[in-house]
Amino acid sequence: MGKLKLITDGIIKNNPTFVLVLGMCPTLGTTTSAINGLGMGVATMFVLILSNMVISAVAKVIPDKVRIPSYIVIIAAFVTILQLLLQAYVPSLYETLGLFIPLIVVNCIVLGRAEAFANKNGVVDSALDGIGVGLGFTIALTVIGAVREILGSGSVFGLKFMEGDGMLAFVLAPGAFLVLGYLMVLFKKLTNKEA
Amino acid sequence: MEYFIIIISAVFVNNVVLSQFLGICPFLGVSKKVSTAAGMSAAVTFVMALATLVTYLLQKYVLDAFGIGFMQTVAFILVIAALVQMVEIILKKISPSLYQALGIFLPLITTNCVVLGVAIQVVTKEFDFINNVGALNPAMMNLGQSVVFAIANAIGYSLAMVLFAGIREQLDLNNVPKAFRGVPIALITAGIMAMAFMGFSGLV
Repeated sequence: MGKLKLITDGIIKNNPTFVLVLGMCPTLGTTTSAINGLGMGVATMFVLILSNMVISAVAKVIPDKVRIPSYIVIIAAFVTILQLLLQAYVPSLYETLGLFIPLIVVNCIVLGRAEAFANKNGVVDSALDGIGVGLGFTIALTVIGAVREILGSGSVFGLKFMEGDGMLAFVLAPGAFLVLGYLMVLFKKLTNKEA
Repeated sequence: MEYFIIIISAVFVNNVVLSQFLGICPFLGVSKKVSTAAGMSAAVTFVMALATLVTYLLQKYVLDAFGIGFMQTVAFILVIAALVQMVEIILKKISPSLYQALGIFLPLITTNCVVLGVAIQVVTKEFDFINNVGALNPAMMNLGQSVVFAIANAIGYSLAMVLFAGIREQLDLNNVPKAFRGVPIALITAGIMAMAFMGFSGLV
């Protein structure tokens, strides 16, 4: 398997958001603007790459029976590191993402990749897989954030291009569900000719 | 009165699923039938009340007392995982019928972010969630308030879950366009439900 394929698979064929439908809570909860979506995506990617690497390195040592709790502890450790780093260097992002930073621990993407990929593959491959899936997640979150921001407040990445307010509902809760639903349909149409 | 405000605010105004986006995975995953949705809701309610009680005490008497607040995420997730396991064992022993009903949902709850989310909300100081209705600051929540808060959130979760499952059962009978089938139409339904729940926003 080519190394490049590991990365592109995570973005298109196994896109965590649009195809596998994993990690829905942060996807819906943090995408009020493109920049917030990007921030959450990068934060998750950070945890995903590091936890993938460590888990693939120690997978052989961990007894099979306690593997899930062990993975969760490893993931929780990296989430704590991330939490402290964000608090120190990007307090504004830490503030907007709020509760969803500690909740990366229970993000099914991270545990899912640990279980499905990292414990069977080498450190380098697992890191690449982390990068691919992380990028797929980041791209999806940024796109959702951008669409919600364009419709909801008439701006992209904070740059206003429209006078007045947009449709406020798209920044609020209902918009998250609607935008994700329609984007999923679009993604299906683009990648699968039959649908 | 303050308990009443906590309950109304958590069930309707800040509904845990439809306005805070916690626990979306099981919300989409096990909501195809009303009976499974109700089973999952019952299991979540049970674990959430217990987990919030334990993590509140842990935070107050261990993490805060020893000044190791940064261990919060690791400690909480371990406690929740252990608790779920324990509940499973105890339930199996003392009430096999209840275990039969909740059994398959219990292991799923460990990774349900609603439990960890509510446990963190109860003890976190930065996240002022009830502040915006001017009632109280969660940093000062006492034990009674936190447990009521957890149960109210669980009720809100169950309400959203069962209503949504009801709609999805009907949806199955309809002719949905091919590309919309499955998750997309469910998400759009949830969006419309969230819009309806926004109507409660002036309530408290």
